Amino acid sequence: MSDVLVLAEHHESEIRKVTFELITAARELGTPVVLWLGTGCNDAAVAALGSFGAAKILVADSADVSDHPVVPGAEIVASLIESMQPVAVLVASSADGKEIAARSAIKSGCGIITDAVEIASDGTATQSVFGGSTVVHSRVTHGTPIITVRPNSITASESAVTAVTENIAIGISDSAKLVSVTNRNVVEKGARPELAEADVVVSGGRGVGGAEGFGVIEALADSLNAAVGASRAATDAGWYPHQFQVGQTGKTVSPSLYIANGISGAIQHRAGMQTSKVVIVVNKDSEAPIFELADFGVVGDLFSVVPQLTEEIAKRK
Amino acid sequence: MKIAVCVKQVPDTWAEKKLKADTSTLDRESADGVLNELDEYAVEQALQLVEANGGEVVIVTMGPERAAETLRKAISMGADAGIHVLDNNLAGSDAIATSAVLAKALEGRDFDLIIFGSESTDARMSVIPAMVAERLGLAQVTFAQKVSVDGTTLTAERVTDYGFDTLSATLPAVVSVVEKINEPRYPSFKGIMAAKKKPVETLTATDLGLDPSVVGAGAAWSAVADFAARPPKPAGVVVEDEGSGGTSIADYLTTSKFI
Ligand SMILES: Cc1cc2nc3c(=O)[nH]c(=O)nc-3n(C[C@H](O)[C@H](O)[C@H](O)COP(=O)(O)OP(=O)(O)OC[C@H]3O[C@@H](n4cnc5c(N)ncnc54)[C@H](O)[C@@H]3O)c2cc1C
Ligand SMILES: Nc1ncnc2c1ncn2[C@@H]1O[C@H](COP(=O)(O)O)[C@@H](O)[C@H]1O
Repeated sequence: MSDVLVLAEHHESEIRKVTFELITAARELGTPVVLWLGTGCNDAAVAALGSFGAAKILVADSADVSDHPVVPGAEIVASLIESMQPVAVLVASSADGKEIAARSAIKSGCGIITDAVEIASDGTATQSVFGGSTVVHSRVTHGTPIITVRPNSITASESAVTAVTENIAIGISDSAKLVSVTNRNVVEKGARPELAEADVVVSGGRGVGGAEGFGVIEALADSLNAAVGASRAATDAGWYPHQFQVGQTGKTVSPSLYIANGISGAIQHRAGMQTSKVVIVVNKDSEAPIFELADFGVVGDLFSVVPQLTEEIAKRK
Repeated sequence: MKIAVCVKQVPDTWAEKKLKADTSTLDRESADGVLNELDEYAVEQALQLVEANGGEVVIVTMGPERAAETLRKAISMGADAGIHVLDNNLAGSDAIATSAVLAKALEGRDFDLIIFGSESTDARMSVIPAMVAERLGLAQVTFAQKVSVDGTTLTAERVTDYGFDTLSATLPAVVSVVEKINEPRYPSFKGIMAAKKKPVETLTATDLGLDPSVVGAGAAWSAVADFAARPPKPAGVVVEDEGSGGTSIADYLTTSKFI
């Protein structure tokens, strides 16, 4: 069977859930071969990738890859497209993933599809566009299909194989080293699930009123083992850190359950959460546009509704 | 310092967006065209850099006839000139072709910096800046929340999934900016009047030396097989909180098996 190249999305040795979703999708197209860029590919990581069906793991761990953003990764992907001739390349729709996909598409003369939510066995990708209002099926018609996949769209399933690893050393050109990373600022992630891949997201907006107000949001999130999100109004005001912003210019989330508290539902916010499966809204203004998306909504003060909900959940568990 | 800013005309943010049945491309005529709001931050950043370091700002767009309005709007914020790539053969271009056109329009003009928005609100691909950087072989500094230039050294903070990376590069460079970077100014009355007189070059694909067969719908490397409007979600239940709002949500979550 032909190989499908899957770019692992990971932070050091911690593998992002989307990687397993990509491998699951790749199994429908051929034999998944994972490319691991940078450090962290330890035994546990190899075992985890194997349990989802990664037959082979190519490890490209060098200072070039770690010290320069995006471009070395794109050169490696392009070189593997040429040497492996995979039937497709699957990448996560993250900032780095999309840019590696974009640059390798140009280098290799391949078409690209971004933000797929499903991939059929013939390579047809499904996209959900315009805030989820339109479903599009498209295909790459030139070269190897390079497809970026939105996290949380495909359900990962295990299919264990014994993965073999291979260290690869692909020469990186000088033009891939034009930009250097001089410092990495990693914000403490905390114990909650990763926002982009969480199954449940509890968000707060301007209605939360201040940084202290996020206490009730976090308590509800923890009762559901959920990630916490925020509107831009809340992140801009400094009530909650920027990396938790949901929306056009924040994270795109697609959880099974999204609970929006004190958020009006501006189009830029919706752009990041509209494909959530079930949406619950708490807002004191019955005219707030976010109610248009609600499967269930309560018009009321979040400071009485949310704590009551958290308490009820604790009772019922 | 010579800075180019690439801006795109997109359907009005609030307009309902649809694909056209015959070409499977975005129906751009049915909605007002506006300047992609994320590109306003790119224009603002260019103006601030020129205010600090001297130089000029050139706005570049590829789009139909009426994209000229968007070009003027961006110029009216305070830019010096514009380049409009206008050619009916370009209709239906995919990201690959769009990046080829923009790269040609930018090439050989000695720009120290080429600034993009981080995403267009219609295509939402976030790939054009990386593709243009690839084609031009220039340093790529994308998703910047902070940019500064000292001589020929560019320093920037690139937003990542984990926080941000501090990057360093030597000009010339391709940059894309996120909305946290600044507060775009409104065009002043003086700016709007002045924009009418600023020079705008209008170029076709052939003027740029592009083979017409590499652009437009026919040259796209991906194709839409079919599309359909998703059936509207049935209206949900909305209740007034009369003291048991939280419990009613818990009931809903129990019924739908979340708890
Ligand atoms: C270029 C650009 C990019 C943007 N990107 C994003 C993005 O990525 N994400 C994003 O979220 N926004 C984004 N925005 C901003 C967006 O336009 C809105 O301004 C923002 O989403 C509003 O946040 P909000 O809903 O929290 O605040 P508001 O619109 O002020 O709404 C607050 C809501 O809280 C309700 N409320 C107040 N008090 C209570 C209470 N005690 N109990 C219950 N309800 C209460 C109010 O009724 C109101 O509906 C962007 C804007 C621009 C221009
Ligand atoms: N047709 C175009 N003309 C000029 N700039 C564009 C065009 N399309 C995209 N861009 C630029 O590329 C950025 C990213 O767009 P996209 O990759 O479509 O999300 C935008 O914010 C613009 O700065």
